[in-house]
Order: sequence, then C-alpha cells, then structure tokens
Amino acid sequence: MEGTKPFFAKPDHQKSLGFPGELIENWHDTAIGKMGDLLGKYRSFQVYLDSCVKCGACTDKCHYYLGTKDPKNMPVGRQDLLRSVYRRYFTFAGKYFPKLVGARDLTREVLDDWYSYFHQCSQCRRCSVFCPYGIDTAEISMAAREILDSVGIGQKYCNEIIGKCYTIGNNLGLPEPALRDTLEDLEEEIFEERGVRVRLPLDEEGADVLLITPSADFFAEPHVDGLMGYAMVFHEAGIKWTLSSYASEAANFSMFIGSYENMKKQAERIRKAALDLGVKRIMHGECGHAWRVAYSFWNTLAGVGHGADPNDKYAQELQQRLDPNFPVPQHICEFTWDLIQRNQLNLDKSANDDKVLTFHDSCNVARASRMGDTPGGQFEIPRKIIQAVCNNYVDMPRDTIKESTFCCGGGGGLLTDDLMEVRVKGAQPRMEALNRVVEDHGVTNMAAICAICKSQFAKVLPYYKMPMDMIVSVHQLVRDALVLTGQTNGEAEADPDEAQAEES
Amino acid sequence: MSFLSVAYVVLFYFAAAVFIFGLTYRITKYARTPAPLKIPTMPAPTTRTGVAMRLGREVVFFESLFKSTKWTWLFGWIFHFSLLLAFFRHLRYALTPDSFLWPLISLEVVQTFGKYAGYGMLIGLTGLLARRIFVDRVRYISSPSDYLHLILLLAIAGSGLLMTFVSHTDIVQLKAFVLGLFYFDPQPVPNSWFLLTHLTLVALLLIIFPISKLLHAPGLFFSPTRNQVDNSRDKRHVVPWAARLDSTHSD
Repeated sequence: MEGTKPFFAKPDHQKSLGFPGELIENWHDTAIGKMGDLLGKYRSFQVYLDSCVKCGACTDKCHYYLGTKDPKNMPVGRQDLLRSVYRRYFTFAGKYFPKLVGARDLTREVLDDWYSYFHQCSQCRRCSVFCPYGIDTAEISMAAREILDSVGIGQKYCNEIIGKCYTIGNNLGLPEPALRDTLEDLEEEIFEERGVRVRLPLDEEGADVLLITPSADFFAEPHVDGLMGYAMVFHEAGIKWTLSSYASEAANFSMFIGSYENMKKQAERIRKAALDLGVKRIMHGECGHAWRVAYSFWNTLAGVGHGADPNDKYAQELQQRLDPNFPVPQHICEFTWDLIQRNQLNLDKSANDDKVLTFHDSCNVARASRMGDTPGGQFEIPRKIIQAVCNNYVDMPRDTIKESTFCCGGGGGLLTDDLMEVRVKGAQPRMEALNRVVEDHGVTNMAAICAICKSQFAKVLPYYKMPMDMIVSVHQLVRDALVLTGQTNGEAEADPDEAQAEES
Repeated sequence: MSFLSVAYVVLFYFAAAVFIFGLTYRITKYARTPAPLKIPTMPAPTTRTGVAMRLGREVVFFESLFKSTKWTWLFGWIFHFSLLLAFFRHLRYALTPDSFLWPLISLEVVQTFGKYAGYGMLIGLTGLLARRIFVDRVRYISSPSDYLHLILLLAIAGSGLLMTFVSHTDIVQLKAFVLGLFYFDPQPVPNSWFLLTHLTLVALLLIIFPISKLLHAPGLFFSPTRNQVDNSRDKRHVVPWAARLDSTHSD
C-alpha cells in the first residue's frame, strides 16, 4: 500500500546491531556498494536479479497483493523496485539503455519505496513455489532490508527486538527471575488441574534435552497452552529436559533483516546454552520462521546439527557431544508424533469433541523446512498429531494449504501495530479459506504451530468477524487430550508438601 | 567475396564471440558466487538424484509454471519445444553426414515437424505477447525490452517460415556459408532478403543473450531454491566467507 511504512529504529537500536544510527550522508554510494557486496556473497541474489523474464506467474500469488490490489505488492513488482536499480548500476543494458530495460537511478523516492514495500513482504516464499526459476522474493527483500540497515534506516520492530535478545536473552525482554516465576506458575496450574507434578525446568545442567521455544510461549495466548502441552509430553516420555534462560528465545529476527552476522550471533546463543548445559539433544517448540532458522540454518550458522567435517573444530565442539541417534534440532511435533506412534501417550480424543479443527500450515514450516524423514513430513506430521488427539478434522481448500499455504499476514517482521492495516489486508486470503470451511464443515478452531501466526490470528480474526480464540496451538490440543499417568482428573488431591505448606 | 558476405562473416564471428564469452562470464560468475544458506523451496529432494530430477522436470515440463498459470505454461511450453525442434532441424545446415548427430537430425520427425515448428513458435509467442498486452498485471510489469524480445523471436520465426513455405533460399550455398564459418574458410552468403533478415536477427539474439533476461536459461540451474538438497540437519553446509566468522566456544 502506498505510503505505508513501519516506524524507524532509533539510533541506539541501530548501533547495537552494527548499523549507522540514522540515514547517512553518502547513503546513495553506500547502498550501491552494499548491493555489490551482497551480489558477490549471495548466489540467490545475483541469479534472481538476472533471471526474471516477467512471465507474470507470480503476480497473483502474494497474499499482500491479493489483499491490497497494489501492483507493487506483486512479487515481481516488489522485486523490480530493486531490480530496476540493479540494472542501472550493474548491467550493460541498464547502463546504456536504461529506458529500454526499465532501469532507474537510486533516488530518495526509490529508497522510500524500498522501505515501504520491502516491509510489506512477509518473506513467506509462496511466490518461489510458482516461479519457473524458483525466484524467491524473500531473498530480495532480505537483501533490501540489509541495504536499508547499512545506510541507517532500519525497522523499529525487528531491530529493537534483536537488541533485547542480545541483552536479555529473548524478544520479550523477560529476565531470568520473571521466566522462572512464570514456569513455576505453569507447573502450579497443571498440578491444580491434573493433580500431577509436571515440571518446567530452567537451566538444569545434565538434562538430556534442551528445548528452544519462542518466548511468546511463556505468556501469550494460545501459545502458553502449547508450552504446557510440551511439558506434559516430556513428562509422559520420562525425559529429562530443560529450558535455558540464556537462550530463552527460538525466534531469530535477524533472518527478517537479512543480516547473516546478526543471525549467526543469535543462533550462537543456542550453541552456547547447549554446551554450557551439556545436553545431548536439542528440540524446538512451535514457531515458524524460527524452525526455518533452526532446521535449515542452525547447522550452518552455529554447528547445531550433525555431519560437520571432522576438521571443523567449531562445529565438532558441540556435535561430538550430541546423540547421533536423534535429529538435531528435532521439532516438538516430530517428538510427539514418534511417541504417539509408539503408543507411549494415553490420549482421550473425546476431550476435544467440542471442536472441529482445521490446520494452518505456517509458511516457513511448509516451504522452508521439513519434519520427519521424507519430504512433506512438515505437512503430514502436524495433521497426524491433530487427528490423533481430535475426532473432527477438515482441511481448508487445497490451493491454500501445504506448499501453497497463505501467510497469516504477520510474518517476516510485520507483526507490529504500526503495520496493522497491511496485516489485516494480508490475512484476507487465509481468512477467506478459513471462512469456507467454517461455513461448509462447521469448523470451530484453527490450529497452528507458529508463534507469529498465533499472535497475528488472535489479532485479525475479529476483523473478519470470527472470535479471536479460534486459533489454538497444536500442543494445546495434545495437552487437552493427554491423560497423565496418575492423573486425578481435575479434583486434585492435595500434594503432601503442598498440604503442609497450606496448613502452616 | 562481396562486401555483403564479408559483413555477414564478421557479424557472425562477432555474435558468436559475444555469446560464448558473455555466457561463459555469466555462468562463471554464478558458479563462483557462494550460496551461504540452505534455501531449497520445500518440500525438496533429499538426494542429488532427486535434485537432478526436480531440475529435469523444470526444464522439460516447466513444472512450477504449470502449477502457477496454465495459459502461460501452454504458450511458453509450445514456444520452447518448437524452438528446440527448429534448432535440431537447422543442424543440417551446420553438420556434415559424418557427424554423430546426423542420424538424429535426419529423422523424419525432426525434419518434418521441424518444418512446422516455426508455426508452433508463432503460436506460442503470439499467445505470450497477447498475455503481456491484455492481462493488466503482466502489462504493468513489462518494459519495452520485454515486448521487443517477443517481437524479435516472432520475426525470426516469421522470416524462417517465409523461406520454408514462400520463397526458398539456396540451401546448398547456405550450408557452404555456415560450414565455411566453422572451418574458418569464409564462403559467400546467399543473397536473399528473407535469409539475410533471418540471419541478422539470429545474430542479434546471440548478442543480447548474455546481457538480457535470456539468462533465465542458465539461471535455472543455479537457482538455490531449486538445485539444493534438503539435508541441512545431516550435513553442515558452510561457505568460505561464512566459515571465517566461526570461533570456538573457548575463544
């Protein structure tokens, strides 16, 4: 949308990420220089700027275009904002025949357009599915944001959050004591409900599993219900696990701003936590872009994975300690599904009989990662889990799910109130698909495995006249169906310690 | 040899040099530029063989385009397939019967269908041009060069068809001219307006290839979203500039 732009990051936040505080004087030359630098560092950027034939295949695939009808929100329209400048400064045709090939100088107006439209892209990669050359607008938009950061105009939401992650350990700025309190409250809540002491351990050295999860899981609804679900699954599996207060964040917003250095710095917090706590396995909670970073990038960025070269000291330092029998990182859904298959969980599906479910494939899980051993496991495993814990399940129309899924409208660093209008319009294709199954099949709830999706839907559902609590966590459904060993079903028998404490 | 023949000999050597060196330069650049992160569009193959098949399907069937928009796929596929047939048919002007390819290009199907392939190109290109003109979204993203590419190819196909079906050219002399270029033994070019137009346009196509969107042909093979194996958890992927940022825990 014309004129839409998010708030600018303040100088302090810019500087803490290694960027200039505000728009620098020689922004023009610096931006072109940065573009040249990125062209040499990223094959995707170079090849995608050259290869587009303007066939139009992507033009009607972006949810922001479908929701706003602004042609600059067509994937190729968005790319061309930058490609036109690339052609002018880096190609023969653009240097000598600019009009012929649509090349143009980098002006202040163009820079403003970049800031506006590269913050109307959620980097969901839907366009890359349909492009005959696999051109991924996310790659262009990440590069554009990095160029913008390099001249001093960064986005407040992303850059402020990355800074908090460095100083406090998570996006929310939740310090260790507050995190510990929250986890204790959750343990209490589960105990009151089920009469079983389910633990949510923090910083426990010697645990087998380190769980990395988005910090929204610690407080937001319905995220926190999912977190209780993970804890109950771990409890039933009898596995020693822990969270880390140092790496209390799965999210890695540095991906959104295309900064390899910052993305690595954030990912290395996980590596450090794993080394310090001495864990053998690393698991990952419900989060979309974070699962992309974990699944696809952690091994590259921080050696968190398997299969490093024996001479690769950096990666081997951690990999030698990890259990080779389990994938690293492992998604909580892979873990839960494995337990379900092995009949290790006592599930009462009827607990979810008040619901008719559908599943929203989060873009980064669907198009940028995998679960399980076979391609497409990222579609099958969450659905199989839902169907194992719920009796009523239907899919939304085929062209809106799996690899063709529509973004929630809030991904890619757009989950901020200053972009509310774009978020609401971008959610439209998903909302229409959801509405179809609500009307045709009486769907009452939509499950998701992404913290951003959950927050975004909770906010935009009411705009489409649907209740905000329609959105649920997959592990919330698991929690509700899971019968804990020794559970007393609601009327909790007082724990002896607890009873004494109350008496005294 | 006439001035005209000399001019065409020079033109073709120039065009071939630009095409070969330009394309080699671009391809080398793509090959040397690192891909620091694993970004295959998922679901993606987990083996190299799977990736080769994925790329094969893109090249032969235009798989992703088929998923996207059927009309563009149809016209695009007809054009490219016809171009391939026409190319094979043209090899008879450039090869002698002792070439290992001769049995292939003398196949009835290549020679007969190759003749009509020009019509296929016209149909495909006209469809693509119409889409560019009449679909608002596609018109919005089109620059003059996008139309000119189609018009150039239409003119190549049209001038070729005119020689096949309206006014034949002296193909014996043409073959001598073409072989003369290959053996660095220049021969006169047949003096036919259709042929000279056809040859000029083809030379132009060769020249613009390495500096235009025609780079989509090699580009596909270097596209990380299509050519990467999905194995990031099992094998550490790290390029030199990124590896330099690694430092061990105790550092």
